[in-house]
Amino acid sequence: MSENPPEQSAAEIAKSTIGEGPGDGVVSGQRHGMFGVAGSGDTSGFGGLVRDRWVAPAAERPYGGYFDEIVDNLEVAYPEFGQAVSRVVVDRGELTLHVEREHLVGLAGALRNDQSLRFELLSSVSGVDYYDEQNPDSKRLHSVYHLTSMTYRRRLRLEVAVTVEDPHVPSLTGLYPTADWQERETWDMYGIVYDGHPALTRILMPDDWPGHPQRKDYPLGGIHVQYKGATIPPPDERRAYK
Amino acid sequence: MTEGYAPSRKTTEGRVYNLTGGDWDSVMAEVGPFKEERLVLNMGPQHPSTHGVLRMVTELEGETVTDLRTVIGYLHTGIEKNVEYRTWTQGVTFLTRADYLAPIFNETVYCLGVEKLLGVEVPARAQLIRLMLMEINRVSSHWVALATGGMEMGALTAMTNGLRARERCLDVFELITGLRMNHAFVRPGGIAQDLPEGTVEAVRQWLKDIRVEINGLRTLVGQQPIWINRLKDVGWLGVEGCISLGVTGPMLRAAGLPWDLRKTEPYLGYETFDFEVPTQDTGDCWARFLVRLDEMWESTRIVEQALERLEPGPVWVDDPKIAWPAKLSVGPDGMGNSLEHVEKIMNGSMESLIHHFKLVTEGFRVPAGQVYTAVESPRGELGAHVVSDGGTRPYRVHLREPSFVNLQSTAALCIGGMISDVIASVGSIDPVMGGVDR
Repeated sequence: MSENPPEQSAAEIAKSTIGEGPGDGVVSGQRHGMFGVAGSGDTSGFGGLVRDRWVAPAAERPYGGYFDEIVDNLEVAYPEFGQAVSRVVVDRGELTLHVEREHLVGLAGALRNDQSLRFELLSSVSGVDYYDEQNPDSKRLHSVYHLTSMTYRRRLRLEVAVTVEDPHVPSLTGLYPTADWQERETWDMYGIVYDGHPALTRILMPDDWPGHPQRKDYPLGGIHVQYKGATIPPPDERRAYK
Repeated sequence: MTEGYAPSRKTTEGRVYNLTGGDWDSVMAEVGPFKEERLVLNMGPQHPSTHGVLRMVTELEGETVTDLRTVIGYLHTGIEKNVEYRTWTQGVTFLTRADYLAPIFNETVYCLGVEKLLGVEVPARAQLIRLMLMEINRVSSHWVALATGGMEMGALTAMTNGLRARERCLDVFELITGLRMNHAFVRPGGIAQDLPEGTVEAVRQWLKDIRVEINGLRTLVGQQPIWINRLKDVGWLGVEGCISLGVTGPMLRAAGLPWDLRKTEPYLGYETFDFEVPTQDTGDCWARFLVRLDEMWESTRIVEQALERLEPGPVWVDDPKIAWPAKLSVGPDGMGNSLEHVEKIMNGSMESLIHHFKLVTEGFRVPAGQVYTAVESPRGELGAHVVSDGGTRPYRVHLREPSFVNLQSTAALCIGGMISDVIASVGSIDPVMGGVDR
């Protein structure tokens, strides 16, 4: 491969450490603690932790490597690029496009079909919950797509953010059939509703499971299980070493 | 009718019969001949030929499969959720258990992700050991694929030979990592421990033995008419189908596309090794069998080259804020901390004790951001989407599991074929349910 993604020095990466680089990024909210523990009980010392949330800063041209070429070609292939992409982020040699959900299918179609882009393979669909206690109505649920161009051997990440109240994202199953199970998993774990999916049902959890376990406000453990007489205390009680 | 199970009940379409295996004749004697040709047959989740706890609901017309649905989730253990509550180093212990036949790959892809977030690169020796272990792991995983695939089709000698050959791989793992599976050997920033004495000789012996085994299987079933008939022209999936369904790995290469991340997006120095990417162009179960067989051979070539390049050197990054403070050693009662280190932190240096305690209990901080790293696992592209919020624990780790994605192709492989070919087709996907459900 002749063209390499831009290198990022360790010093540049270290700048993105929490507390050192809020000037670069956008600080939105804070996180408190680790286990939802109040008072003592948390022996790890993380209960009293307060951290500013860090959001990767938008990148400026030139992005470096093949990233400029991708964005240039995409602007031609998808004329509404300006409205579709709210932010372009280049971090750790990876290109991320933050996409408005109305434009997701159109943009992905251009990425897949355009001769100069050819992102044939949807490698991965996953969810991330950027939960913010102070601002629970924020667009905290992110649907993250990793696309691979087998022709040009390039990779690209698309990210769509939605709120919990309106967690609708258009499905990519029409373009990439492989999105089927991966979107079902993201629905199962994060509750993101993929409109247009042929059968959006739970896939890993039981069909009648309430809640979406990988959301950050969903506890680890403490869930009633069906086994006779079995109870699992929530982690804060478990870690109290009474 | 079998007692002690859920009773037969009326459904919206037809009656339900419970079969527990081997009682088909007695049930049929009670029922009389079927008037309908359409039969909905549930296989699994507990069934020896479904490759673990996989459930398939098949709709049959006679012996032809007209519809098939795969039901998964029976082995869901919440690995991705659990990891968010542990330190970055502890995460390895969970993720190694996802695809339990390819633990080194899970560990490595996650560690490559964490190291990319940290902006560090591990020393050459650690890279080489990771690479060598991955190739040994690829061989052992393919042996299980061929062994269980053989067992499911009645080739029991293929199974016993395959599991015997896998034992040889596991013996090497036991020598190097101390464990046969779920090693947690590859850690963010390096590997748990340097190679013990006698490793090079043991791996050389392994190379000799495993090549005999590979050739043995090739002659045992490679020309076996029943084996060939069961696999040839069965479970076809072409390149277009593979890419649209996201199928990678031996299935894609058996369809004719030489897509192997070791060649197309090299990591850990694979570009400097001399090996071939075996391909076939028929896209059926037989082609997948041949690709796996040839891949094992190529992996032995890589291991051979890696052995020759092994040079003494550090196996942890030169950064005391990341590298594990304790040097492990093999004691008379198994693996543990070295006495020298314990002596130092308990009696010598208070600062060392604090440093050890902080790093082991609290862990190191990883700068905020997200990365996606991918390696070529025995089943295809194994990706790790790792997100950090700047803390000492992963904010989110998602494994792009090739077993999970490839299993979507079951219906495409099976519909229109015979019920007996379902077994061969699923075996040729080689799904590992630990990886599928995570």
